[in-house]
Amino acid sequence: MAGWSEQNIDLGGLKLRVGRGGSGRAVLVLHHDIGTLDKLPFYEALSARFDVIVPVHPGFGESSERAPWLRHPRDIAALYQWLLADLGIERASLVGLGFGGWIAAEMAALAPRDFHRIVLVGAMGVKPPEGDIFDQAIVSYIDYAQAGFHDPKAFERVYGDVSTDQLVNWDLCREMSFRVAWKPYMYTPSLPHLLGGVRAPALVVWGDDDKIVPRSAGELYAKSLPKARFEIVAASGHCVDMEQPDALARLVTSFVEEN
Amino acid sequence: MHVMYFTEQPMSAYPADIGLETGHTALMFSNKHFDPVAGSRLYNQYLEHYIYAEEQGVEGFMLNEHHNAPFCMQAKCNVFASILAAVTKKAKIVLLGNPLPLAENPVRLAEELAMIDMISKGRLVSGFVRGGGQEQLATGVNPAFNRERFEEAHDLVVAAWSRTGPFRWEGTHYQHRVVNPWAVPLQKPYPRVWIPGVLSQETIIWAAKQRYPYIALNTSIEATKKIWELYDKVALETGYESGPENRGYLQQVHVSDSEEKAEKNARQFLWMQGEFTGLAHPVWANPSGYFSPTFRRNFVEFAVGRAENPRGRPTFEQQVADGRIFFGTPKTVIPKLRRVLEETRPSIYGIWGNDGSVSDADARTCIRLLGQEVMPAMREIGKELGLKDPFELNAPVHLKYSTDLKQVPQAAE
Repeated sequence: MAGWSEQNIDLGGLKLRVGRGGSGRAVLVLHHDIGTLDKLPFYEALSARFDVIVPVHPGFGESSERAPWLRHPRDIAALYQWLLADLGIERASLVGLGFGGWIAAEMAALAPRDFHRIVLVGAMGVKPPEGDIFDQAIVSYIDYAQAGFHDPKAFERVYGDVSTDQLVNWDLCREMSFRVAWKPYMYTPSLPHLLGGVRAPALVVWGDDDKIVPRSAGELYAKSLPKARFEIVAASGHCVDMEQPDALARLVTSFVEEN
Repeated sequence: MHVMYFTEQPMSAYPADIGLETGHTALMFSNKHFDPVAGSRLYNQYLEHYIYAEEQGVEGFMLNEHHNAPFCMQAKCNVFASILAAVTKKAKIVLLGNPLPLAENPVRLAEELAMIDMISKGRLVSGFVRGGGQEQLATGVNPAFNRERFEEAHDLVVAAWSRTGPFRWEGTHYQHRVVNPWAVPLQKPYPRVWIPGVLSQETIIWAAKQRYPYIALNTSIEATKKIWELYDKVALETGYESGPENRGYLQQVHVSDSEEKAEKNARQFLWMQGEFTGLAHPVWANPSGYFSPTFRRNFVEFAVGRAENPRGRPTFEQQVADGRIFFGTPKTVIPKLRRVLEETRPSIYGIWGNDGSVSDADARTCIRLLGQEVMPAMREIGKELGLKDPFELNAPVHLKYSTDLKQVPQAAE
C-alpha cells in the first residue's frame, strides 16, 4: 500500500503500534475485537482521500503492548484522545468497527464537541434491546472470526489458511476482550444515555447479516445519537470493512466529505 | 502419613448416548438431562459411603466441586463438608478445594469454612483451587483475572480468619467496608491449607512460597518427581527445606475382592476422561487468559482441532503402565502403592477409589478394603519410610509461622 507507514508511539510508557497513510482530513479507524491485519483494502480505499490512522488496541496482538491497568474500553478511549493530542490532530472523524465502534462511541460521549464525523459499523457498546451480542468465549477462534462474515469465501479471501501466528493473535485479542469487556459482555449500560450531547453527525452502518451484534443495537445507537443516519450494507456480515470494503469506503467517504 | 478417600461423586445416571451424540458433556450439555430423582438417590448414597468409610477406618475425606457437568455432582464442596462435619466424628474433612476465583465474597467463604471447622471440632483442611476453565464460564467469572482473584481471595480469607476485626479491605477485585466475621476457625492460627494441581508451574511455585503442601493430582511418577524438584528448589530459595510433609498425591486406585472385578471397575476411571463423559470444547477448558502464556502457541492449534490435546489422552492400558491407575485386590495393590511411596515420598495420599457407574455394592467393597487393609498398610509403610504428615510434624500452617527459616543468600549484583 503506497505511503503506508507503521510506527510505535509511546504514550506515557505504553508503546502503541500505529499504522498511517494518505492525506486529507484525519480519520481514526478503530478495529474489531479480533485485531486487525496490517493492511486492508478498506484502509487503502480510505487513504485515497484521508489521513487514515489505525492504532492497534493495546494488547490486541503482539505489536501493541498490554497495560495491566487497562480494564475497560473507556480506558482505550481516553488513550486515543491522548494519541490524537500527541499527533496534533483536531476534529478527527472516527470510524469504529465492531468493538472499535464501542471505543469510538465512548470517545464521542466523553468529548461531545471534539469530532467532525462519527461512523459506527456493527458497533458493540450498547445492550441490544433485542437479542444478545454473540459470546466468543464458547467457540473456537476460527469459528468466531468466521461468524463475522456473511459469505465464508469472504473470510477465506481475507485470512486464507489461518496461520498459527494468526491463532496466537486471536487468542491474545480474546484475552484482552475478556480483560476489558467480560461483564457486562461488550457494552456500557450508561452509554446510550450519554450520547445525547454528541454534536457531530453520525452514520450507523450494519451488515444485513450481522451474526455478532444484533441490528437492534444499531437502531438504539441511531436513536441515541442526535444527528444519526442508519444504513444497511447488503450481503455483509458483522465485518463490513472486510467483506464489503468498497461499499463501506464509499459510504464513509461521502459522509465524511459532505457539508 | 495421612491417607484419605476420594470420589468425584459422578452423576452416573445420565443418558451417555445423548452425551456422545451431542459431542460434549460439559458446560453447555443441557441440564434437561439431569434427573433430580436419580440425583437425590446418588447424593444420599455418596453420603452413606463417607459414613461407612469412617466406620471402616478411613481417616480422611477429600472433597471437591465442579459445575455444569455429569462427571461431578458436587456443586459446592462446603455443602457436603458441612453435613460430614456433623455426621462423622474423627475423619479429616479435606476440601481440595474451594475454587477461590469463583468467590464474589471471600469473607462469606471464610465464614462458611470457619463454621465447618467449629462444627467438625477442628477437622477441616481448607484447600483452595483456581477452578477449571469451564467453572469460570459456568459462573461468569473472568478467566483472564483467575490468578489475580485466586491470590487476592486467598489473602482476604486468611486475613478474615486470622486478623482481629474489624478491618477494611480495599483490593483490586474485592472491596469490603467492614471485615469482622463472627465466625472464626477453631484451629489456630488457621486451618491447614493444601493446594492441589496438575499442570501449572505457577501454582506449584506459589504453593511452595506459602509453604502449603501441594497435592499432585493423578500425575505419572515421572511428572510427580518433576513437580517435587521444582517445589524443593523454590522451598530452598524461600528459606526452608521441604519434605514429605509438603507433598501430597491423588491416585486412582480401585480395590475389589477379585482381580477381574477390580479391572472392570477401574475402567470406569476413563468415564470422566472423555470416553463417556467430560467431553468439552478446548476453549471451555482453557479460556483465553486462564492458562499460562507459555502454553499459548501449542494450545491454539489444539483449540481449532488441528492438533492433538497437548496433554494427550492415554488409553487405560497406558495409564495402568504409567502407574496412574492401580487396580486389584489389597494384596496386589499394596506393593504398587509402596513403590509410589518409595519413589515420590508423599505424606498425604488421596485414594480415588470409585468413579463412573461402579455399583453401590462394589463401591462399598472398595471402601471396606481400603479402610481395613490398604490404608493401614500404607500408614505402616509411611512409618517405615519416615513419611510424616503435617499433623504428625506439627508443621507450620504457612511460611510466616515458620521458626526454622534460613537466611537466603542474595543473588550477586
